Amino acid sequence: MGPTLKDATAIAGIGQTPFAKRLPASEKALACQAIVAALDDAGIAASEVDAFASYTMEETDEVEIAKAIGAGDVTHFSKVGYGGGGSCATVAHLAAAIATGQASVGVAWRSRKRGSGPRPWKNTQVQLPTPGQWTRPFGLLRPADEIGMLARRYMHEYGATRDHLFNVALACRNRANQNPAAIMYERPLTREMYMTARWISEPLCLFDNCLETDGALACVVVSAERARDCRQRPVYVHSAAQGLPAQHHGMVNYWNDDPLTGPAWTAARHLWKGADLGPQDVDVAQIYDAFTPLIPLSLEGYGFCGRGEGAAFTEGGALEIGGRLPLNTGGGGLSEAYVHGFNLINEGVRQLRGTSTAQVPDAATCLVTAGEGVPTSALLLRS
Amino acid sequence: MSPIVTPTTDNRPDSGADLLFPVPDDDGAPFWEYTARGELRIQTCSGCDALRFPPRPCCPHCQSFAAHWQRMSGRGRIWSYVVPHPPLLPAYAALPGYNAIVVELADAPHIRLVGNLVAAADAPLNSVEPARLRIGAPVKAAFHTLPGGVTVPRWLLERP
Repeated sequence: MGPTLKDATAIAGIGQTPFAKRLPASEKALACQAIVAALDDAGIAASEVDAFASYTMEETDEVEIAKAIGAGDVTHFSKVGYGGGGSCATVAHLAAAIATGQASVGVAWRSRKRGSGPRPWKNTQVQLPTPGQWTRPFGLLRPADEIGMLARRYMHEYGATRDHLFNVALACRNRANQNPAAIMYERPLTREMYMTARWISEPLCLFDNCLETDGALACVVVSAERARDCRQRPVYVHSAAQGLPAQHHGMVNYWNDDPLTGPAWTAARHLWKGADLGPQDVDVAQIYDAFTPLIPLSLEGYGFCGRGEGAAFTEGGALEIGGRLPLNTGGGGLSEAYVHGFNLINEGVRQLRGTSTAQVPDAATCLVTAGEGVPTSALLLRS
Repeated sequence: MSPIVTPTTDNRPDSGADLLFPVPDDDGAPFWEYTARGELRIQTCSGCDALRFPPRPCCPHCQSFAAHWQRMSGRGRIWSYVVPHPPLLPAYAALPGYNAIVVELADAPHIRLVGNLVAAADAPLNSVEPARLRIGAPVKAAFHTLPGGVTVPRWLLERP
């Protein structure tokens, strides 16, 4: 048997800044705060860091970060493409580098000021050429419009309703209500609020959309052996995968033969192939939720249910604590913070340490996914 | 870039009432040259006859670099649609209730185009009541020339 990633590495530390609509510090300062906090959590000196991984739409680069925190000689650095689709791949790249001896202490991070910064979709100059020439002139302007189009088709094909999307929004909000770090802490959501909320892109309303947030997060990846000597209980990277399906087109997968099977399906096949576990063994899931419809689509893609069954899966409190698959237990992008999915990684770690504010009893396995609708990635973590 | 598709207005978000123009790449330019003539054509492999969209240099089925542009009937069905609401770019926010649709072509249902359902080729983007939008509704192509000179395909209900 050749080399394997299975449990060879672990997340030894996590760190984050506060989340807010507006934070005074710069993105670089926020990134450094999160990274220093993650190293402190692990009990590892900054001078030992020799690997960095980030994903695109990140404005802080490893040269600046390494200098600022006092990293040593860096021997591995990578930047994964496609924005939110790359969150989990950062950990995967570090795990691969560490498992193959290219580095020993890796840091992945995300720093963002999207709460107070400009919205990327407003920059039409960079978006109009390929592939924007096929969509933007027709007023399909924002990610909410692009995913709304898939959501409408999904609802039409499978009888999914707004109540199913509400189930997703509510589960995330209920968990955020338990999490003092969440933007939506102590701000409950009701079905009436959801059903009467203003539209953003019909069929998606305000509560189907994530929260634009300022904030930064980081985690530290080391070998499994090293992790056992660190300050915190190790959270092992059991399996990891990226997925860019055949004939995929980012965000507007309408040109694929089967637009409702997105990158999750590709990532999932590889993730489960590299694991000793299957979907039935997952105790808690952190699934990328920039928009509520990504949850039923992802539930199908990662094999928790069959094709077209993702909406029905959300019924009966299935996504709540005590349900069939507790979801986004920090509140997710919908209700904790939208920081391109990195909060899902850190929350997965907290669940497996037993320190979540919405702890799933005895959680031992956690699926974490990155942005669906773009080339994506996923992690299967275990305690 | 073909001269007929050179944007002549400013697309900055603060530039006021302008709708966005297609900005073609080398592969997409012929599509816009044909729409300027009132023709809907889709890139087709000259090796294996497979249609492909969006346009690209090489056939994903047989890897041939030879292609031609096959004329379509212009008939299709609504595959999906959205009705965007603010926050939007100013030109689109000024058209409340406008739609964006995806049309699957009758000649080749796996070829789907993003567009707008309108009451007439030159009617505003919000000229069809959102309540009239329906998945599966038959539509036909019409062509509208934007103020800057670019012609875009739009869609009319077969049974208005």
